[in-house]
Amino acid sequence: MTSTVVIDKAAPTRQVKYGSMSRDRTWALRWSYFFLTLFAIFSLVPPLYMLITSLKSSAEISAATNPWWVFHPTLSNYAELLTSNQYMRFFLNSAMVSVFVVTITMLISVPAAFALSRMRFWGSATLATGVFLTYLIPDTLLFLPLFKMFAVFHDWTGIQLINRWYVLLLVYPTLTVPFCTWIMIGYFASIPKELDEAAIIDGASWFQTLTRIFIPVALPGLIAATIFAFTVSWAQFLYPLVFTTSTDQLVLPVGIITTLIKGDVFNWGQIMTGALLGAAPPLIIYAFLMDYYIAGLTAGATKG
Amino acid sequence: MADVTLRKVIKRYDEVEAVRGIDLDIADHEFVVLVGPSGCGKSTTLRMIAGLEDITDGDIMIGGDVVNDVPPKDRDIAMVFQNYALYPHMTVAENMSFGLRLKHYPKAEIKSRVTEAARMLDITDLIDRKPKQLSGGQRQRVAMGRAIVRNPKVFLFDEPLSNLDAKLRVQMRIEIKKVHQKVRTTTVYVTHDQVEAMTLADRVVVMNHGRIEQIGTPNELYHHPATRFVAGFIGSPAMNFLPCRLEDAGGQTNIRLTDRIAFPLPPARAARYQNIPRNEKLLLGLRPEHIAEAKGYPEPGVEPFEAVLDVTEPMGMETLIYFTLEGAQICGRVNPNAGARDGEPLRLAVDLNNMHLLNEGTGVVL
Repeated sequence: MTSTVVIDKAAPTRQVKYGSMSRDRTWALRWSYFFLTLFAIFSLVPPLYMLITSLKSSAEISAATNPWWVFHPTLSNYAELLTSNQYMRFFLNSAMVSVFVVTITMLISVPAAFALSRMRFWGSATLATGVFLTYLIPDTLLFLPLFKMFAVFHDWTGIQLINRWYVLLLVYPTLTVPFCTWIMIGYFASIPKELDEAAIIDGASWFQTLTRIFIPVALPGLIAATIFAFTVSWAQFLYPLVFTTSTDQLVLPVGIITTLIKGDVFNWGQIMTGALLGAAPPLIIYAFLMDYYIAGLTAGATKG
Repeated sequence: MADVTLRKVIKRYDEVEAVRGIDLDIADHEFVVLVGPSGCGKSTTLRMIAGLEDITDGDIMIGGDVVNDVPPKDRDIAMVFQNYALYPHMTVAENMSFGLRLKHYPKAEIKSRVTEAARMLDITDLIDRKPKQLSGGQRQRVAMGRAIVRNPKVFLFDEPLSNLDAKLRVQMRIEIKKVHQKVRTTTVYVTHDQVEAMTLADRVVVMNHGRIEQIGTPNELYHHPATRFVAGFIGSPAMNFLPCRLEDAGGQTNIRLTDRIAFPLPPARAARYQNIPRNEKLLLGLRPEHIAEAKGYPEPGVEPFEAVLDVTEPMGMETLIYFTLEGAQICGRVNPNAGARDGEPLRLAVDLNNMHLLNEGTGVVL
């Protein structure tokens, strides 16, 4: 006879205690979903409306039909914009400005953050706070003195920077460098001190410690900072509006507004199409780097 | 390979003097452990040898050269940190070879050194893993491997086993000793754990309040402590201290603990202490193993007495007993078969041949 194994069929029933963790958690989750859904709807309606409008002809937009539905979908707005030299020029200007600004920002803020967080020197802590404070000054206050500075610079040197797209390479970093430096200081601070000490004992110079240890270890933070710098440069409106005026020097956000609104005639179909296409590059970058971005922004929270 | 010398080394942070004039000679191949309570300056001393902290005053020499202003990378030292400090984005092999790659060693040489160190530390299978895929003990081995491949003049260990659990700590202790037996590199090792210090060191440096209390082999420190601090710090359970004084009665010298309790000193001890003033306040230092159950027969220098036990702790091979004498808690070690029970009296004996006598005011062992 083989011995039989007796299995107790009466598995213990799961008891949900009043006020237990799981009950609290369930309710917290329900509320989270509720508000997140509300928020998602709230923020997704405008792009949806843009999409709907971009697929309509001007006639249909001005017709008194249901604005939330497309009765005669057309891609004519897309075709017109993508074949328009002007729109492609805005797009190219935006791309050039953003890529250069991101590069300049990273080249400045990563070494700056490393120096401020690690190479303790006289006044480094004050300087780090100072960097962050400059970020708190809004661009609406900065553009006038900046404009004056460039005007004076022109008077002194004869070099005209105003109404040139590359003036934005000087202006945007006033927004991006402080914030990216601050993000990177926080990220570098979460790297244990022993790591650079080990590198230094292993024979690494400060520069090698930065490039071979800190940058690879802080890559998520670096990517978060890069995305931020890109988004800021891509979406910035006030500075290009102030500093550039000629059509061939404009970047996308300003270009769309200034060329597609003629007097009091709003070319809504193309405005919506242009804005939608303009939002695509940041969206694509976010989608690819989302995981890194989240890891970068939350790093300080978990590592203390 | 090199000797390490510290001459009147001082470290001052603003107002606080962390290290107050340390003189230390560490011979080539020697394994020296700096031990002391937290804040005694042992880690600061190690970091000054590494060059991670500037020295305020004095000289540090490695291999005869003064290295006060030499940066860490040019001191030819390797350091193992408490939290391992492995580079998280590199594999074990890359971690170990980082220093060699920075110095542009030939690839073949790097590979052979890493392979050899990995074999010595039994981590050959882990060579392609990232640190986060390793356990604490494995990480510590990699950290040691990173030090070994560099073949430096001096190894510096900063509390390397503190993050490991008790069992692994004992195991890694033995590993570290084995590695030292093989590579024979001069080693300075910092710990707050006196057992680690005793088991690893050729010589132990006991530090307290930024000063060296005593330097000696583990046995010297245990059997001949110079100060009350060393006597109390080395050994577990700690040495018992009882207020006492000496008195002469009937042609012999007694050590009087209380009005009721006094023991005659063995002749050798009586001769050693004959010049101590008889009314001086003293402390009798007795290790727990020198308070044991009374044997049925007299032994020279071993004096019987009776005590009511407060608590007994059976450890298996021995039983620790605790009783109170004049308000002070005393610990003794008895045979598990001696019949020690909580709250019951037991006939004990003190071995005065192994006693220590200390000046209560200065803490100096007489």
